[in-house]
Amino acid sequence: MDLLDHLPVLVVIMPLMSAPLCVLFDRARPAWLVSMSASWLSFAAAVYLLIQVSRDGTISYRLGGWAPPWGIEYRIDLLGAYVLLIVTAIAALVMVFARRSLEKEIPADRIARVYAALLLVFAGLTGITATGDAFNVFVFLEISSLASYAVISMGRDRRALSAAFQYLVMGTIGATFILIGIGLLYMMTGTLNMLDLAARLPEVADTRTVRAGFAFLTVGIGLKLALFPLHLWLPNAYAYAPSAVTAFLSATATKVAVYALLRFMFGVFGAEFSLNKMPFDLILMVLGLAGILSASLVAVFQEDVKRMLAYSSVAQIGYMVLGISLASNTGVSAAILHVFNHALMKGALFLAVGALAYRIGAVTVSSIAGLGRRMPWTVAALVVGGLSLIGVPPTAGFVSKWYLVLGTLEQDLWPVALLVLIGSLLALAYVWKLVEAAYFAEPAADAAAVREAPLSMLIPVWALVIANLYFGVNTQVSVGVARQATDLLMGGGG
Amino acid sequence: MSELPGLYNYWVTVFLMMAGFYVVISQGNLVKKLVGLAIFQTSVFILYISLGKVAGGNAPIFDATITVYSNPLPHVLILTAIVVGVATTSVGLALVVRIHEAYGSVEEDEIQAKDQHDEESQWEAGSERQADDR
Amino acid sequence: MSGAPLLTWILLVPLLAAIGVVFTRNRPNVRETVTVVAGIVLFLLVATLAATISWDQPPTLVLAEPVHGLALALTPEPLGMLFALVAGFLWPVTSVYAIGYMRAHHEQNQTRFYTAFAVSICAAMGIALAGNMLTLFVFYEILSVATYPLVTHAGNEQAKRAGRLYLGLLMGTSIGFMLLAMIWTWQLTGTLDFTPGGVFGNNVSSGVLSALLVLYVFGAGKAALMPFHRWLPAAMVAPTPVSALLHAVAVVKAGVFTILKVSVYLFGIDRIAELPVSSWLAALAGLTILLASFVAMTKDNLKARLAYSTISQLGYIVLGAMLGVTAGVIGGGMHIAMHAFGKITLFFCAGAILVAAHKTKVSELDGLGRRMPLTMLAFLIGALSIVGLPPFGGTWSKWLLVQGTLDAGFWVLTGVLMLSSLLNVMYLVSIPVRGFFRAPASQGDGIREAPTASLIAIAVTTTGCVLLFFWAEPLYRLAGGIVR
Repeated sequence: MDLLDHLPVLVVIMPLMSAPLCVLFDRARPAWLVSMSASWLSFAAAVYLLIQVSRDGTISYRLGGWAPPWGIEYRIDLLGAYVLLIVTAIAALVMVFARRSLEKEIPADRIARVYAALLLVFAGLTGITATGDAFNVFVFLEISSLASYAVISMGRDRRALSAAFQYLVMGTIGATFILIGIGLLYMMTGTLNMLDLAARLPEVADTRTVRAGFAFLTVGIGLKLALFPLHLWLPNAYAYAPSAVTAFLSATATKVAVYALLRFMFGVFGAEFSLNKMPFDLILMVLGLAGILSASLVAVFQEDVKRMLAYSSVAQIGYMVLGISLASNTGVSAAILHVFNHALMKGALFLAVGALAYRIGAVTVSSIAGLGRRMPWTVAALVVGGLSLIGVPPTAGFVSKWYLVLGTLEQDLWPVALLVLIGSLLALAYVWKLVEAAYFAEPAADAAAVREAPLSMLIPVWALVIANLYFGVNTQVSVGVARQATDLLMGGGG
Repeated sequence: MSELPGLYNYWVTVFLMMAGFYVVISQGNLVKKLVGLAIFQTSVFILYISLGKVAGGNAPIFDATITVYSNPLPHVLILTAIVVGVATTSVGLALVVRIHEAYGSVEEDEIQAKDQHDEESQWEAGSERQADDR
Repeated sequence: MSGAPLLTWILLVPLLAAIGVVFTRNRPNVRETVTVVAGIVLFLLVATLAATISWDQPPTLVLAEPVHGLALALTPEPLGMLFALVAGFLWPVTSVYAIGYMRAHHEQNQTRFYTAFAVSICAAMGIALAGNMLTLFVFYEILSVATYPLVTHAGNEQAKRAGRLYLGLLMGTSIGFMLLAMIWTWQLTGTLDFTPGGVFGNNVSSGVLSALLVLYVFGAGKAALMPFHRWLPAAMVAPTPVSALLHAVAVVKAGVFTILKVSVYLFGIDRIAELPVSSWLAALAGLTILLASFVAMTKDNLKARLAYSTISQLGYIVLGAMLGVTAGVIGGGMHIAMHAFGKITLFFCAGAILVAAHKTKVSELDGLGRRMPLTMLAFLIGALSIVGLPPFGGTWSKWLLVQGTLDAGFWVLTGVLMLSSLLNVMYLVSIPVRGFFRAPASQGDGIREAPTASLIAIAVTTTGCVLLFFWAEPLYRLAGGIVR
């Protein structure tokens, strides 16, 4: 076996092993270099994996050479490779951004540890995506969660601490639910390998144990996903975490949770069980819509920009869940597509906000007044990201809205389609609050001294902005892969 | 009803779980919350451990005379989960220490009151700024 | 150069102009030269396209394919060509006017102004030449966003409020209704290409079609059909060149153009005629025509009066589209051009009066005709053209629209059009009459004619009003191609 065959595990191992290295160096510069190389190498690996998977089909990797279902299997199918690409790409860009941003927001002696924790979050997320073993999902979930509690608490505001604690309590309850769910499944089937589970579950599907397991798993993942009404931890956590951390988490963590939900719903339990035997589609649809409308509405009234975007994230998760609840090919592929596009737009937005924070400290609607002239590139990025969030063509957000509405109309659910579009209009309301403040409000007295953000921050921001525009126009990769992945997923098996 | 005593391990699990969950919800003291959380997690460990027991089975040590083994896998799994649990508790406690440093309290309501205060002053700063603009 | 490369350049020239404006921001003379030259080049390109195109095999330019099987593509057809010609001709004229106006008025942020203006024109070209509904929608939204900074140009609280209303209504209707209708159409038919005769097969029930038509008509909020008309008067806080080109030509015409295009190429005229809902929509358009005229009479602010007049005139075109007869569609198409020339003249004059005499109210204009005879004369001609009196261009389109209502058998609407013409006389023609025949309020206030650049532009559009009466033939032939 040459090195390339080990890529499925290397994607996880590289960040995992780099994390202690950062702590050993314990100085900002080398820690940053280590993180950069780990994330960019992972990104390269993910690109290679996606190409390989779309060429040769699903990759199965035996950890330590033990054959599944006894050994732990790493299994990367098209969807997994797609999500891996999103996570690693965002990580790579955020690392570029993080150097200046963390220098500003974190005391110098702690920066290296923030990198270490970020890498652990990263490793956990790639692990969830790559593994084909249900218990492994739990372990990686906890690795990423524990590390994220730690990084969130590093925020400048003391409210970051209480936000992190709240997240810790809710996150742990969620993770324990997942653990129970996996335990119940194991009890009935005696296996933890997802593929094996999928094969054995139909025999015992009609038992209360399996149904309870399903419920525990989905509630647990729902907590991690910040599915309405389990989203309470998210706004504060995102609002007070360091900017680079928020950007990374918002663009990746919830996406991986969506991936896990898809994995369990369609890959393990199968669409037949999840949607026909359990009234799951209806529940998800109602919760998704409630999330879209309520969170968007709350976002309109936020003063703190990060908090506003955090509520918007809850709403966007609503869109993804709504897509899943349609249970049609179009719906699920719209959800997967939105996972991708939302990572692009929220990544761009939170990075742009981070760049603003670098110059002006707390980013509120009134503190960005008149900055359109002082920081034209950053604010322009904010505008494009915002337009993508609303779903204005030709941005990536438009394409996801298109498929989502198409999915609802296919099933004649046009009231739902209308609600989705109303959600877009609410997004218009909160995004435009920012635009108006940045361009048309009188700048504060001290704004004259504000300069454009440094280049090392602008490059990642604009890389994502351009991606937003590019994937709004050329959707061959984003839509194509989402469709194929859906076919694989809905066709049964993982 | 005859199943009840036979399934006592589940009853233990459910009791511990609910007790832990109740503590998490009802207690305002952050340390006590963490204790509740630990109990909550522990209940699941017991669930797993009791799963592995096979009636009449022996410890899984290879020996020619033994034909029925207990399943060792859940125990191994739960070893990992215990490590996770310990890590969670320690991260939680570390957070509590820092919360105490920052807020001077570990009572949830007092912290919330202070958060509320922070929030309001931020709003006021914002609206003052807007007022200045006009 | 012909065909697809020509289409590429039609989109690129305004964009390049926008970039050029940004780079020459420190030298106003160069900056304005860039705009005017780009405008002339653009018009020449559009004219070349119109002259060389073969309607049997129109060139197609595929920009991208964002949705599988649905491309962003430009394919010119007669109606779009007409719109492109009008917008392409009036852009350089307005630019010349703007130079005089913006400088005389000492406006701030002129670079932003010219940049956003050029991007808006690019979007208008995209709308005009769009080969399918998706492309049209994409450029429609770009136009909304690009014109927003123009509306809020003044930057004060009133402008911001207007901007909010502007964007809220335009994006609200387009995302809430038009996008929904579009995806619904796509789901039903699997195509959004503009096809002569429509895309809906017989399997689509007329109930669904009615719902779709309503969604499309209200989705095109830029058409300012009541009750979604409020943004247009609000947008009058913008500098006058913006009101002139965008809120009398490009933006509002993009709205009615969308409605025309949807009725002709997605529904098909015959299908429209069959739908009962279309007569309701025509009646609503008639109501808009009358109500807006009445509101216009009560407005003392000159630009506000012109804005309501525009709402009323847009109603004509919507009416034409909803009649479901050939004459209505051709009349509507021609009215796009005729009203554009007439109304832009009126706005130019209003702006000229503002910069030269600092007057914004109709009641202040007494006797101004003696100080600014050229401006007032132009205003009179523009007003008469909009009323529909010969020898001015507006005659023909009104003629055709009246004929359309007769063909469709809507006697009431014929009456509405007639009444509206009378109202036009009252609230538009009365203004220059006042200017010429009433005695001025004060003597010797030193008011002189408008800046030369502005006067040149006014002269061009006024001449256009007259020429379009005698030279309506090419326009008619072009518009006639819509229903061929």
